[in-house]
Amino acid sequence: MKLRIKFSKKGPIVFIGHLDMMRYFQKAMRRAEVDISYSGGFSPHQIMSFAAPLGVGIASNGEYMDIGVDSLTSSAQVKEALNAVMAEGVRIESVKLLPDTVTNAMASVAAAKYTIEFREDYEPNFDLFGQINDYLAQKEILVTKETKKGFKEMDLKPHIYEFSFDTAAKAVSMLVDASSAGNIKPVFVLQDYYKFCGKEAGEFDFIVTREDTYTNIGTEANPHFVPLDAVGEDY
Amino acid sequence: MLKDEILLKIEKPARYIGGEVNSIMKDKEAVDIRFAMCFPDVYEIGMSHLGIQILYDMLNKFEDTWCERVYSPWTDLDKIMREEKIPLFALESQDPIRDFDFLGITLQYEMCYTNILQVLDLSGIPLFAKERSLEDPIVIGGGPCSYNPEPIADFFDLFYIGEGETMYRNLLDLYKEYKASGCSRAEFLHRAGTLPGIYCPSLYHVTYKEDGTIDCFSPIYDDVPATIEKEMVADLSDMSYYPTKPVVPFIKVTQDRVVLEIMRGCIRGCRFCQAGQLYRPLRERDVEVLKHYASEMLKNTGHEEISLSSLSSSDYTQLPELIDYLIEECNRKKINISLPSLRIDAFSLDVMSKVQDVKKSSLTFAPEAGTQRLRDVINKGLTEEVILNGAKEAFEGGWNKVKLYFMLGLPTETKEDMVGIAELSNQIAKVYYETVPKEKRQGKVQIVTSTSFFVPKPFTPFQWATMSTKEEFLDKAHVVREAVKSQLNQKSIKYNWHEADVTVLEGVFARGDRKVADVIAKAYEKGCLFDSWSEYFRNDLWMDAFDECGVSIAFYTTRERSEDEVFPWDFISCGVDKDFLLREWKKALGETVSVNCRQGCQGCGAMKYGVGVCKEPKTGA
Repeated sequence: MKLRIKFSKKGPIVFIGHLDMMRYFQKAMRRAEVDISYSGGFSPHQIMSFAAPLGVGIASNGEYMDIGVDSLTSSAQVKEALNAVMAEGVRIESVKLLPDTVTNAMASVAAAKYTIEFREDYEPNFDLFGQINDYLAQKEILVTKETKKGFKEMDLKPHIYEFSFDTAAKAVSMLVDASSAGNIKPVFVLQDYYKFCGKEAGEFDFIVTREDTYTNIGTEANPHFVPLDAVGEDY
Repeated sequence: MLKDEILLKIEKPARYIGGEVNSIMKDKEAVDIRFAMCFPDVYEIGMSHLGIQILYDMLNKFEDTWCERVYSPWTDLDKIMREEKIPLFALESQDPIRDFDFLGITLQYEMCYTNILQVLDLSGIPLFAKERSLEDPIVIGGGPCSYNPEPIADFFDLFYIGEGETMYRNLLDLYKEYKASGCSRAEFLHRAGTLPGIYCPSLYHVTYKEDGTIDCFSPIYDDVPATIEKEMVADLSDMSYYPTKPVVPFIKVTQDRVVLEIMRGCIRGCRFCQAGQLYRPLRERDVEVLKHYASEMLKNTGHEEISLSSLSSSDYTQLPELIDYLIEECNRKKINISLPSLRIDAFSLDVMSKVQDVKKSSLTFAPEAGTQRLRDVINKGLTEEVILNGAKEAFEGGWNKVKLYFMLGLPTETKEDMVGIAELSNQIAKVYYETVPKEKRQGKVQIVTSTSFFVPKPFTPFQWATMSTKEEFLDKAHVVREAVKSQLNQKSIKYNWHEADVTVLEGVFARGDRKVADVIAKAYEKGCLFDSWSEYFRNDLWMDAFDECGVSIAFYTTRERSEDEVFPWDFISCGVDKDFLLREWKKALGETVSVNCRQGCQGCGAMKYGVGVCKEPKTGA
């Protein structure tokens, strides 16, 4: 039986990297006495997989992991037991039972929504909203991306699903590809947009929050994004 | 809290943000005393230390005290803090260390001494105690190296000699009284220096003879004791100051597991071993209490491994019962058991085959010396027969990896002893090929033989011994290497040895006096830091510092010491008499062994405590 757990991560703990968060949750499962499944062999490990790794320094309201369990209590019980042993800044938001047919969290990820705010003294000194439509109206948005194997050119356009600026909140909202094949970093898009506007932005100018992580229940041509926990149910 | 930009720039920001599970937060307005507990090395090392976890738990159980943690910032952050003038802060509150009432520094090994100065420096606390004011915390040291605190005495206001559980409450009460009364820092230190186990260096005056040795070491006030007796916990079955909820680090630390201390002290009396003397007499913890603590700690931390801690776990009388309990409990919860410091025999092999993957794990023997003669000198009661039998049984049980630990430079050592290291390694390989038939072998037996260089330590029978020079050490390692190469089974043996530069410095600090402090300050000033990390160790700077301060290394290392020399640490009593140590030194030179504390009492002096193994009936040799 598989559970999908949604959690948020805010405050100083955003500086804990992905691998350490996995270790953190392994220990948390034991503290909360969740009846998690183990692999066989001489050194058994917990059946646990994470959806989309979150970069160091980025907060999130919508992180997901799947775990296998050997017995079922209830969504509320698991959520409460885990929240009782969380470190400051991490909260369990939901616990859903997955139907057997659902693919694992990581393979399910299609998109992620981000809010990007500006650090003090780094607010844009130009009309940020003004040229978003022109930017998105380009036929293609060619960028050079640095990969492990060197530099490669790619078109950002098919990977940006939404890009807007909330003037009142002084925050950018962005829905972008987060699939393992086409994952896009929001700051990377924003830096490219600054360039389009004839400006420049550093890597540390922004405060990024991942709002949620989505799976596609539509088709590739006609995507319908829903949060990853929408495919599970309370039990 | 450090700025996000800094945290994103440095390696492992988790070292500095605090907030770990089970870390203690308190309202700083609601406590009287703020205590910063420091391990002067990087977070991952410091967080692995049991002693600090015990003191952190104890001090935070005091309602009027908030104990927080601080470690050495790694070199990347160190540089930024100096450039941007960011004061060193404690992990829990992120408040500057200088605002605290106490800065406690644990002294676990000599090579952390420049890191002590880093912590003081980054905190904005004057390095030398005499330059501190009311604005500065009371800087107090503790741990094994405080049994010879003299090389770093100038940097500390106080030292706590002995086990930490007993005297802190009295010290804190005295501090509260002092804070309320408005008396001076000097008056407080004077009164603190009269508490049992508390050593205040500024209350003592040292004069030296012409040859540089100590003439007289005495208190400057009548009410300050001439001898400081170590503090000791008489009853270890009382575990009220043992943490049931240790802090759980976010990042992987060296000791990423529950650590259960099963006893203190050791019955063995190996003559090179300082811990074996300092923590006498052996005191066991109660097995029922330990079982309870093991379960509680595993539940409260979520760790996937538990380890037993002691100097020689096989000597714990309730070991079979404890291990049976742990195996059952841990199998159920899918938790690993790690069993260091077990003697290899039928019992331990049986236990190890149950708790670890025989194919992957290795066996460890610590013969320490290559011949029976030298093992008798050091009183290591391990015979070649025992080693070879243990190895044979282990090979029959499926093991094929063996680690062997030896020391080079022990007193009376000859070439025969060095060659003996290679020969014993070869013997073990031979046992493998004789024991395991060809069709059952999985490749060669793997024997890893490692040597460290011997450093004479205070409060051991070898405190009178001369130490080898760097060149002598390296020559010895060369002899062993050549001898290994000439063995029949040389292809099954891998030989490792250490660099000798650090060992020489350790030798100076281990038996150093107050004159060494200036060298440490000078080396720090030149940029020495993280000396126990080979990538940062700068021997050239250290040598310059010795030269410039006019301090001779040979005086502390290779010099012959007479039997009646006054040692810098003689004003401390660790419970073991100097007479006993001298008797043992003479027995060592006569190649005579002493029986262990369970077999017969050697009259070391620890009987006066009337606890632990001293109360057991003796079994005879």
